[in-house]
This record gives sequence, structure tokens and C-alpha cells, in this order.
Amino acid sequence: MGRFVVRRLLLTIPVLLGASFLIFAMVYALPGDPVRALAGDRPLAPAVVAQLREDFNLNDPLIVQYAKYLGGLAHFDLGVDFSNRPVLDTISQRLPVTIKLTVVAVLFETIIGLAAGVLAGIRRNSFFDNLVLVSTTLIISIPILVLGFVSQYVFGLKFGWFPIAGINDGWYSYLLPGLVLASSSLAYVARLTRTSIAENMRADYVRTARAKGLPNRTVILRHTLRNSLIPVVTFIGADVGALLGGAIVTEAVFNIPGIGRAVFEAVGQQEGAVVVGIVTLMVFFFIFFNLIVDVLYAVLDPRIRYD
Amino acid sequence: MTEQQQRDLRHDEVEAGTQSVLATPRVDVTDARQNSLWSDAWDSLKRNPLFWIGSFLGVFFVLMAIVPQLFSGGADPRDCDLSNSKQAPSGSHWFGFDQQGCDYLANVAYGARNSLMIGLLAVIGVLVIGVIVGAIAGYYGGIADSLLARLTDIFFALPLILGALILLRVGPSTGLPIISDRGAGAVAIALAAFGWMTAMRLVRSQVIAVKSSDYVAAARAMGASNLRILTRHILPNAVAPVLVFSTITVGVLIAAEATLTYLGVGLQRPAISWGLQISTGQSLLRTAPHLVLFPSIILSLTVMAFIMLGDALRDALDPRQRS
Amino acid sequence: MSTSSGSISSSPAPVTYDPASGPVLEVDDLHVEFRVRSGVVHAVNGISYTVDQGETLAILGESGSGKSVSAQAIMGILDSPPAVITGGGIRFQGRDILKLNAEDQRQIRGPGISMIFQDALSALNPVYSVGFQIGEMFRAHRGTSRKEAKQHAVELMDRVRIPAAARRVNDFPHQFSGGMRQRVMIAMALALDPRILIADEPTTALDVTVQAQVMDLLKDLQRDTGMGLILITHDLGVVNEVADRVAVMYAGKIVETGTVDDVFTRPGHPYTLGLMNSIPLVEAKGGRLNPIVGQPPNLSRIPSGCSFHPRCPRARTGAAAAPGRDCVGDVPPLRLVVPGREAACHYSEEVLGV
Repeated sequence: MGRFVVRRLLLTIPVLLGASFLIFAMVYALPGDPVRALAGDRPLAPAVVAQLREDFNLNDPLIVQYAKYLGGLAHFDLGVDFSNRPVLDTISQRLPVTIKLTVVAVLFETIIGLAAGVLAGIRRNSFFDNLVLVSTTLIISIPILVLGFVSQYVFGLKFGWFPIAGINDGWYSYLLPGLVLASSSLAYVARLTRTSIAENMRADYVRTARAKGLPNRTVILRHTLRNSLIPVVTFIGADVGALLGGAIVTEAVFNIPGIGRAVFEAVGQQEGAVVVGIVTLMVFFFIFFNLIVDVLYAVLDPRIRYD
Repeated sequence: MTEQQQRDLRHDEVEAGTQSVLATPRVDVTDARQNSLWSDAWDSLKRNPLFWIGSFLGVFFVLMAIVPQLFSGGADPRDCDLSNSKQAPSGSHWFGFDQQGCDYLANVAYGARNSLMIGLLAVIGVLVIGVIVGAIAGYYGGIADSLLARLTDIFFALPLILGALILLRVGPSTGLPIISDRGAGAVAIALAAFGWMTAMRLVRSQVIAVKSSDYVAAARAMGASNLRILTRHILPNAVAPVLVFSTITVGVLIAAEATLTYLGVGLQRPAISWGLQISTGQSLLRTAPHLVLFPSIILSLTVMAFIMLGDALRDALDPRQRS
Repeated sequence: MSTSSGSISSSPAPVTYDPASGPVLEVDDLHVEFRVRSGVVHAVNGISYTVDQGETLAILGESGSGKSVSAQAIMGILDSPPAVITGGGIRFQGRDILKLNAEDQRQIRGPGISMIFQDALSALNPVYSVGFQIGEMFRAHRGTSRKEAKQHAVELMDRVRIPAAARRVNDFPHQFSGGMRQRVMIAMALALDPRILIADEPTTALDVTVQAQVMDLLKDLQRDTGMGLILITHDLGVVNEVADRVAVMYAGKIVETGTVDDVFTRPGHPYTLGLMNSIPLVEAKGGRLNPIVGQPPNLSRIPSGCSFHPRCPRARTGAAAAPGRDCVGDVPPLRLVVPGREAACHYSEEVLGV
């Protein structure tokens, strides 16, 4: 197991490097000029432009720029933005907000998605099952953008149950955006659970469990649910990584100052160092949680051994 | 029924030359198999309400994209009168007016064309990249497969919206054709560039599965060329899953386009687009909620049409899911 | 009567049954259908048999003849829908199981009637150790503690001759060989000393040498415990070796029944005769095999009259048939043809040559 983890970790390095280089290249190599973009309509003195270009290594070939960037990364130096603020500062200020949002979203996803999927899967073709099918189709079809506005309007403005935007009410202000962020994953968890349970209920070992005279509760909890939840748990695990990097829209709609909003703002201002730093972090999360899922798989399903 | 019972019944039916829903014949004669797959699929589709709802909505919005005049209630989306600004919906103007006093129904109806066009173009791009990369990786295997799989992992680790956002933001300063003009083509390219990975994995796994089957071995033994095996035997088998994927993806990409436009990097004024309408309406949510509401509903229904169709197709084309 | 509370009962199922009063298990005119979208599959169409203590009854038939479905009906593990028991009775120790409530039925499964399946790999849950799965029997029916249950599991694994049982009790099903896995299934089924064991093709998935070991084991265990054994198989050799009586099934019905020696040496039904003739014999090496012509019937459209008539070389219809004995029009009842032998054929006497 230990060797498997190490090997998987080594395999993630090229992916991490590749993804960060891809972003780096898009931000720096394309023939745009971040300095000019920063300046906007204000004309800058040519000397100032030249100095800025020098400071940000913009005159080096791309690969040299990237190598210098990686060199910094090795010392946890993600560089500075145009106003000389370390990118690491921005991240450490914004990241906790996104983590809180993700925690709320994953809780919603797990609790509501699992409960709906289990009930629907056990009572296949019942009214509740059909309700789950229809409502998950609806939720998956509604873009997160629309879902954000509708819930903002209905629950924030009309009923006034939740704050419309911002994070001034502590955890409470994360509830609505968390639910919106979780929505499509929640629907997917419900469907995955439902299919998985329905498939497992037909498995031979469930028939054996009934032939053993086990109480119905044991047959369902121990011999159907335990096996059915393996793909669901792993999906949720991988989704944590995806949610940490996928909150751009939700954070924009609800005006939440997390890393999603930070990267969106940085893209707008062509703050290359901030964009590359945050995106690399998001890719890291994505890969890291996928690795955790692979390990989790081996723990949950004894048939899988990585030796 | 249990797996054992199914096996028994299937055995019976194959032996008796009959067929019920219990048994799914696994005969790998490509043409015969494909024919029965599609005719079975059609039988199943006909009974699926999702398919009919999805088809109806799909046809409705495609028509709206082609001839928006039919749906605009006779109004011109650019014929605006500031005195009508933000008027609420009424009997003669079902969707009311926007801030500039333009008829909103006409604006929403004319927005369909951009959404559907970008969705379609982007999906074509996704398929072109996905099928080529996936087929090469799956068919040749070895180092080509490893490299392409890593490349796919790299793109997979980047969220679609984020990748497209960055590309579209730096696009105008690149001077590259299409990408730099901030139009529908640029959005479609950006979506395809960061959305092809699932198609690649799908095609790759199909190719690997079919490649190792007996009938491809037979074709090879009879001296068929690589290209012929790939186009005549392997790709037809990948059509069903790719079709399901593409249908759903059209919906997903239409939603992504609206999101990018809302974030300010997609279509730009004076283009007519649901994303722009939602973005503009956001600041007026308190005073004129209908400006966000109507484009949101129409956008959601359009996405839903494709997702429902794709779900129905998957149920029909994947025999394993039938019960 | 037993307690029918929902909780796990710590007392074994009450035995109010006197062995002298009759067979342990009586199946009486059992009918099972599968109602599926394309129609009704008539899987079991009125079968009756009895099993005594210590007796081995073999149920012989092709796949799809209804032999497994009837066994699952007895166990109460048919999936309904689509399966429906449309008629008949199943009496275990004098009580009709089909009339019991779900909880009383459950308490019979395990201590009363137990079952082993063909494919032990898919019949055992892949995510639990074999010791846990065997121990579950004690925990569910006797409320034994987890630790004690595991000790019982080791003893049982010893009893079915799994080497190094104490060490392997925590292994998972996929870590065992096919034969050892089937032994685990047997250990689990025998845990609570059932009065009836149903073995559904217990050796079909195994190598020939392992098959013999497993059958020997089953035979020894039956002798030790005195349980009745229902052996479901299509393997004539296995039947010949271990069974006392045999019931031959075709299209969901029993077409012939009697002692193994009688039925095998002098079949009374053309189908049984066909089965016997299809066995390759060493003496006849080099000659042609004699398979039964035609295909097994489609269970949603069973032929009229005698369901075997389309494949039967002796089938008579119209003017050639005796009155009331038209193979296409009249259903042949299962009747006593010679002492100790029943067959469902209008012309059984001719087949027997009496």
C-alpha cells in the first residue's frame, strides 16, 4: 500500500507540472502585454514599463520564466502581484473562505444526496423514486448561474431567510451558496446511489444473505448498502477536489471572497502570478483528492490490492 | 430476478431461439448487432416520456434559433423606446421590457441562435479532438497511449470554466484568428479546448474493448488494414456511447457559454445572448426580477432538452440499464 | 408458536414436530410464474415431492426446467416481482411455509432449511471475511456475540476440512480457491444444523477432482447430521453416486420419479430415456452419441398436451393415439406406472416394456 501511494504521488508530478505550465503559458506566452493591461487607459512612461517588464521576468523566454517560477515555488514563493503583494498572502486569506464553502457543500451533497438515493434505490419505481428521478434531472439541467439567482431572489430577497451576498453572517451566510454549489453533485450522488443499490439488490450475495435468514434490516444495511456505497463514497471524495476549484460561479454570484473569486478577479486584471498560483493550487487539490479516493477504494473493497 | 435466474432464462431463450427482455444477445456480427441495437433502442425510446419531452423542447428551441421572428411576437429586438424601460410583463408584451425599453420576448427569442450555435460548434470541436486523440491512444497503445493519457489528465485537472475563462481573457491580445475576435467562434473553441477529455476517454475505452474482440481479430487475420479496421469495425461500435455523451454535452456547453458570457469573457454587446441578459439583469434583481427570470428559464429549458434526450438515449442504448 | 417480534430471536425455532409423523419437507402442487413485460414465463407448473430425514433427493433437469426456481421458492428467496407463487403448498415439519408471516419464514431459513449455490464467488459478499459471513448465522439466529461467532466459524471451517481454519477465518472470499470457497458456503449453510439442505448445482463450477471431494464432504456431513438433502443438478453421474431418489423435471414439471437405481436402469419416460441414451459410454467409443433432438421449450409458450411431444420419438396424435391419450391434446398426469415409480407419459408402459 505504501509503495502504491508513493508511486501514485510520483505519477501526479507530471500532471501537476503540465497543468501549471499550461496555465503559465496561456497567461504569459500569448502575445498580450500584462503591463499594458494593468495600466489600462493611463499612459505609463516607457521607463516604468521597461522596469516592470524586467521585475516580472517578462523579457525572458517562456521556458526560463517558468523555470524561475518553479524555483520560487520550491521555496513556497509564488511571486508577487503588480502591487507587490505576495501571492501566498492572497491565497492564505482567501482559501479558508472557499474551504468553508466546500465543507457546507459536501455536507449537503452527502446528507441529502445519499438519503434521496438510498430511499429511491430501495423502493424502486415507487412515487418517491420517480420524484427523485424527475427532480435530479431538473437540478442537473438548471445552470448553477440560474440556480444561484433564483435562490438569491426567492430565499434572499422574497422570503429574506438568507443573506443575499457576502459572508458577514458567519457559517449562516454559507448555507445558500453551499447548497447551490452542491446542487449538481447532490443530484449526481442521488442517482449514483440509486443505481448502485438497485444493481446490488440483484446480486447473488444479497440472495445468499436472505437465504441465511438474516433480518431484512441486516440484508439491506449490511449486504446491500455497504457494497453500494463504495462508488458513492469515492465519488464524493473526488468531488471535494473538484468543488475546491469549481466555485468560481457561485462565489461570483454570491459575492464570496474565496479563491474562485480571487482567480476570476486576477484573470480580469491579468495578474499572471495570482492566476498561476491559485490554479496550480486548485489542480493540486483535484489530484490530491483523487489520490485519496484511490486509497479509499482499497480500504473499502478488499478485492483491490495495490501490491 | 437474480443473476442466476437471468442466466438460466437467457440460456433457455438462446437455445430456444426466442427472445424476451430478459436476454440480451451478444452476437458480435457488427451489422446485425448494430441493427438490432438501434431498433431495440427505438422501441425503448418510443415508450420514454423523457424522450418526447426532450424532443419537443429541442425542436422548439432549434426552430427558435433558426427563425426567431416566429417567437418574438412581431417585435424587433433592436427597436427600443426608453420610455418603456423595465416595464413588467403584460398581455401584449409577455416578457416585458428591458432597461433600454426593448421588447424582452424578442430579445430572449433572438438569444437562442447564439446559444445553440455555440453549443453545437463546441460539441463538434470536442468530438473532433476527443475522437482523434482517443482513437489514436486506444488503437496504438504503448507510449502514444501513455503520453496522450497524461495529456488528458492535465486538461482534466483544470476546471472547464476556469480554463475557458483564461483563454478567452487573453484571447483578444493574441491576434490569432477567431480567438481574438470575442465572437461565438472564440467561445466555442475555448469550450472545446477544455472540454474534450471525457470524449477522449470514452472513445479510447471503446476502442480498446472492441480492438481485443474476436471479430476484429478475424478482420485482421483476413488482412484488413489498420485504417479499415478502425473506421469499419471499431468506430461504429463507439457511436452509441459517443452519441449519448454528445447530446448531454450540448446542454452542458450551452450552460457553460451562458456562464462565460455572464462572467464577461464570452459574447460581447451588441450580441444578443442569454448570458448577457442575465448579467445585465443581475443589478436590477430588486426592481425588475423578470429581466433575470425569463432568460434563466429559457436557458434552463434548453439545457434540459438536451440532458433529457441524452438520458433517454442512454437508457435506450445501454442494455445493461434496462430492467 | 414462535415469537414474531422484529428483534433478533435468541432462541432457536421451536421444534413442535415429531419425526415419525411424516417427511420433513413436502412440496405440493407448486406453481411459480415470472410476470415480465413480454408475457408470463411459466417456470414451475405443479410439482410435488417429499424429502425424509437423512434422504437425498436429486432433482434432475436441463437449465431452465424450473429446478432452481422451485428450490428458491422453498427458500422464500424468489424476487417478486417478477416471480409469483401462484399455487400449491410447501410444508416444512408439518407447517405450510407459504402461510407463515415473513418473520416466521425468516426464522426457518438457516436453522430449518438451508441452501448452497452454484457460484460461491458471487454468492459470498466480497467485502466481508468468510469468518464474518459464517458467524452471521449465529449472530442473526442465536444472538451470539461477534467473538463467539468467529470461534464457531473456525470450528465449522475445520469441519468442512478447510486447512488452517484458524488462520484463514479472516480472509476474504476472493482469496480462496473455488473448491475451498464452496466449502465455506457449505460451512455457512450447515452452521445451524438445518434439517433440509438444498444444494443448487454445488459442483458445476468446480474441477472434476474437486467436484468429487465436495460431494464426498456433503455425503459425510449428511450422514453425521441426518439432514435431508435436495440435490439440484444436471449431472447424471453425481445423481447416480449420491442420491437415493430422483425426480426428473422438464418444462417446469416432474416427468418421472423413483429410486435412482430403478430410474437409471429402466426409465419410464421418453425424456429420461433420452437423457440416459445421451451419456457417452466407454464401451460405445467411436460410435455416435444420441442426443435428444430439438430444443427445450420456451417457458412462455409451453407446448400443449405433453410438453415433451415436439421432441418425443414416441409422440402420437390423432388417429394413431389411444382415446384420451393424445400427446398433443391431452396432458399426461404423473401416475404410478410400476410399484415405486411415477411417470407422466401416456405410453410409459411401452417405454418400460411391460
